Amino acid sequence: MSLKAFHIAFVIITVLTSFVIGGLLIHAFLKEGGLWNIVGSLAAFASGVGLIYYGKYVLKKLRHISYL
Amino acid sequence: MDIPYTTTPREDTGLYNAKVGIWLFLASEVMLFGALFSSYILLRVGADWWPAPRSILNIPIGTFNTAVLIISSVTVVLAWASLKMNQLSKFKLYQGITILCALIFVGVKSVEYTEKWKHYEIWLNDGSNYSGHIDVNGKHNPFFYTHNKLVSEGVTEITFTKDPHKYGDPLPEKAAGGGEAHAAEAHAHESMVIKTEDIKRLSAFVPAHSTYFAIYFTMTGLHALHVIGGALVMFYLWITAGSWFRSRPEQFTNRIEVSGLFWHFVDLVWIFLFPILYLM
Repeated sequence: MSLKAFHIAFVIITVLTSFVIGGLLIHAFLKEGGLWNIVGSLAAFASGVGLIYYGKYVLKKLRHISYL
Repeated sequence: MDIPYTTTPREDTGLYNAKVGIWLFLASEVMLFGALFSSYILLRVGADWWPAPRSILNIPIGTFNTAVLIISSVTVVLAWASLKMNQLSKFKLYQGITILCALIFVGVKSVEYTEKWKHYEIWLNDGSNYSGHIDVNGKHNPFFYTHNKLVSEGVTEITFTKDPHKYGDPLPEKAAGGGEAHAAEAHAHESMVIKTEDIKRLSAFVPAHSTYFAIYFTMTGLHALHVIGGALVMFYLWITAGSWFRSRPEQFTNRIEVSGLFWHFVDLVWIFLFPILYLM
C-alpha cells in the first residue's frame, strides 16, 4: 500500500471520527449545555465535510500515482 | 555493491524493500498500541468508578493538537508528491511545515503534562478529598509533592486552593437559570490551610495517582515518543535532501514515502486516542 492509499484511508477514518466527535459534543450539549460544546460540534461536522472535499482533491491531484 | 531493490520492486512482493520493511514494522506497532487500547478498555469497563475526562483534560488544547497532526498528514503527502513532480524546493517547504507541526504538537503536549504535574488531589483523615493546587513554604504550584515528601521536608502545613469542580466529577448538569453552575463558581478557587498531620494522601496528577492517569500517561507518552522519533527522521531527511535527491532521486523519494507512512500511522493513533481519552 502506497502513501497515497494510506492517506486516502486516513482521510476516510478522520472524516468518520469527526462525525462521531460532532455527535458526542451534541450529546454533551444536550446534557450539560455550554456554548463550547455546540461550537465544537459544528466545527467537527464542518471539518468532516471539509475533509471529504479534501479527499476528492487528493484523489484528483495524485491520480497518476499508484495505490501499491 | 549496491543494495538491491531500493528503488525497483522485488518480483515476489511487488514492492521495494523499504516499503515491505515499514509495513512489517507498522504491523508490530499495531500490536503494541492495540494491546494498550485493549488494556484501556478492560480497565475502564472493569472499574467501579471512572473520572469524567472532560473535567480533567483540556479539550480545546487537545482539539488544537488534533488539527495540528491532521495538517501535518496533509503536508507530508504534499512533500512526497512534490518530489514525484521533481520539485525539490516545494518538498523542503512542506517537509519543514510537517516538522514544525510535530514540534508544536510536542510543545503543546508538554504544556498539558506540566499542568497535570502541578495539579493535586488531596485525601484528608476525616474522609474528605479535594482537587486543586498547593503552596508549600512559599513555593507556588510545586511539582510532584506527596505526603511522604511533606513529612521528610518537615513541612507542617500547606495552602490548598480548591478547583471549581472536583477532579473526575461530571460537569454540572444544565440547570434552570444556571443555578448549579453559579454555585460552583461561587466556590471556585477557595483556599484553605491544611496541616500535614491531617493529610492521608497527597498526589499530583501523575501515573501513580490513579489507573486513569497511569493509562493516560502511558498511551499519550508512548505516542509522543513516536512523534519525536518521526520528527527526528524527517528532520534528517530534510537537511540531507539536496545532495541525496540530486544523486539518487528515486531512492530519496522512496525514503520520504516510508517516513510518510510512519507519520500517518502516528497520526492515526492520535485520531483514536483523542476521542477515547478526552471526550468519552
